[in-house]
Amino acid sequence: MSVFADFDTIMERLASQRLWDFPGGVRPEGQKALSNKHAIETMPIPQKLFIPLKQHIGVDADLVVKVGDYVKRGQALTESHNPFALPVHASSSGTIIEIAPKASSHPSGIEELTVVIETDGKDDTVQYHPISDYLNQPHSALIEAICKAGISGMGGAGFPTHVKSSNVKPIEFLIINGVECEPYISADDRLMREHAWQIRQGIDILAHLLSPKQVLIAVEDNKPEALKTISIACQQQTNYQVISIPTKYPAGGEKQLIQVLTSREVPSDGLPIDVGCLMYNVGTCYAISDAIIEGKPLTERVVTVTGKALSQPKNIWARIGTPVADCISAAGYDRDRQVNPNIIMGGPMMGFTLRSGQCPIIKTTNCLLAPAAKELPTIEQEKPCIRCSACADACPVSLLPQQLFWYSKSKDYDVAEEYNLFDCIECGACAYVCPSEIPLVHYYRMAKADIRQQQLDKEKSEKARIRFESRKARLLAEKKAREEKHRQAAAARKNAMKSDGSNAKDKIAAALARAKAKKAQQATIDKSANDKSGNDQLASNQSVTNNPEQTPANTKENTPDKNEKIAAAIARAKAKKAQQKMSSDIPLEKSAESNEQVTDNNNNQSGNALSKKEKIAAAVARAKAKKAAQQKNNDS
Amino acid sequence: MITYVSYAILAVAVLAVLFGLILGYASIKFKVQSDPLVDQIDNLLPQTQCGQCGYPGCKPYAEAIANGDEINKCPPGGEATIKELADLMGVEAKPLDAAHGVEDVKKVAFIREDECIGCTKCIQACPVDAILGAAKQMHTVIIDECTGCDLCVDPCPVDCIDMIPLAETSQNWKWKFNQSGTGDIPIRTVQ
Repeated sequence: MSVFADFDTIMERLASQRLWDFPGGVRPEGQKALSNKHAIETMPIPQKLFIPLKQHIGVDADLVVKVGDYVKRGQALTESHNPFALPVHASSSGTIIEIAPKASSHPSGIEELTVVIETDGKDDTVQYHPISDYLNQPHSALIEAICKAGISGMGGAGFPTHVKSSNVKPIEFLIINGVECEPYISADDRLMREHAWQIRQGIDILAHLLSPKQVLIAVEDNKPEALKTISIACQQQTNYQVISIPTKYPAGGEKQLIQVLTSREVPSDGLPIDVGCLMYNVGTCYAISDAIIEGKPLTERVVTVTGKALSQPKNIWARIGTPVADCISAAGYDRDRQVNPNIIMGGPMMGFTLRSGQCPIIKTTNCLLAPAAKELPTIEQEKPCIRCSACADACPVSLLPQQLFWYSKSKDYDVAEEYNLFDCIECGACAYVCPSEIPLVHYYRMAKADIRQQQLDKEKSEKARIRFESRKARLLAEKKAREEKHRQAAAARKNAMKSDGSNAKDKIAAALARAKAKKAQQATIDKSANDKSGNDQLASNQSVTNNPEQTPANTKENTPDKNEKIAAAIARAKAKKAQQKMSSDIPLEKSAESNEQVTDNNNNQSGNALSKKEKIAAAVARAKAKKAAQQKNNDS
Repeated sequence: MITYVSYAILAVAVLAVLFGLILGYASIKFKVQSDPLVDQIDNLLPQTQCGQCGYPGCKPYAEAIANGDEINKCPPGGEATIKELADLMGVEAKPLDAAHGVEDVKKVAFIREDECIGCTKCIQACPVDAILGAAKQMHTVIIDECTGCDLCVDPCPVDCIDMIPLAETSQNWKWKFNQSGTGDIPIRTVQ
């Protein structure tokens, strides 16, 4: 850490408001005034809630409810023991009417498993279990409560908060991100203005969990009201410092904000914790406070509904699972008056166009943008790159966007990776400044997806290779075992032939030899059986075959087995005969049926004889058809 | 004069013996077990073990390529693999040899389970042991292990195996171009 500014230097500079800067960046028009004038409104509870099971980075949890169940607000719909899984909760009371794949709030719009709740308007809640004396609770209990409340990062990426909070490394700076640098969005701004005290409670809990040396609360200087309220809320805490950040996009990016505050750069394949920092969004702090102080799981969040296509852009408290169409109509959206109706989830720089109005609000949704036709002109044909290098000047990560663009476009992914494609934070600053209107970020996203897919394929092919090779080894071992068995049997026969004398002694010797050969044969059979079965069996059975004293017992055990086997084999042979007869002569099916029942009994299969008969007939017919088709093919 | 020449010859001879010994020792000590080129080629092949190239598996085809066979016989790998092989072997990339099949979307085998008669023929055919089952018991494919090689389809006496394209999920979805208005990103538009 010696290459970075140390704690004291940073504190000194912060005290005198001399911050650092990150390279590049752009200054688009904020457009925040559209939505930040009014207090956050509470949406009426929608008639139907669409709650996708997966709303964050990590793995899905298991469903614990079924269609027809009555659920109350705050009731968990899923649970899991996987540390990277988060539960989702019913965000109002009602009946589950459907659990099916529905359009997801993902750029692809691919359908994902969603619980549909028809609300009853009562909004009954489950019994909450607040932890009011959290200072006296073990950390694990708090982290469990955060996990059970289903909190994931609410700034955008949606990383499970409890995983971040289970950190054990020492932390110098706990950074609370209230920067909200993307144009149009004002959800965090309003939240800080109206609920600064509760955010402060959330920060207190995090500070208790992580015990950082210093807590930094960063707010962009275009939000003076929020800065003021949050400063008042935090003034009692000596190691809390509210810092005003110069407005520049993307100052709210995790790595950029750390750089602005501490001058430390997060390594390319590292995490903020590697430079002694940990960052949470203000919305996440609010949710943590809800989860601990009031015991309330995450069932609603602030969403900015904005854009010039709306008559009343505003911020709303939206229940998780509210269809987007409900939110925008609450803000006065008239689809019929739009020339080019499209709704963007997220901001204008990093958001994506939604596929359908039925997509739900999820935990990471901070903004819905309904632009007027003139406001967000659609990108026309991209023009050739003129190598103006404006993109390189704008890049906040000091990458070379031109090179990345060429190599991504020509699918030269190795080189693109050499140019650190994966350090791109997809902020869109390069595409914003590009005079040729090249959708640069789009190329990077495609290249990243392709590379990830290639890596997955590589892993899969490696697995297939291992499986193929172990299968080959297994087949070889089986073959060797078989040959060995044949060899031993042949040797035994030879011996017997040689000593096929007339005197009794010879006969005894021959019998002994036969017995020995049999024993050896059994040993090899056991061995080959072992080779087939799992390793744990191998050990136990090998000890049996290796121990001569146990062999007699072994053979004794095998005798009844053998009788059974013979019986089964006879039955099988009978069945086969019958089947053959049947296939050559279909009227004889009756005898086949009776024989089939015999085999049925043998296999302990109590199936419906008639349906089985039908199935066999169908299978035989299919087999015949296949044969006929093959013959036809051969003939032609 | 003679002595100088003999000294020189002697010196060279001693050096020759010395280097011979060093080289001999090195060839034993640092012996390379398998041909690294074969391994490198094998790493590029998709490991479906489908045999469409005419060889019984990917490793044998890798050996064949190392011995001078064509690099365009692998349909599952497609153009991308041919390009990589061409880079590695220092030869010109050529289009896929249609005689060995055409490039197709990724598929996995699916057994229609109520029609399966439990004959185990597909189990024997599967090169990566991705089919579970026993005699007279229903069989099923482990999707995650299936390489989509097609080898189990033919042996099935009742034709109950289908090759189904892998469904696109939000995990393996790729950003697409030219679908403006649906899934496109609105970058660079705030003026």
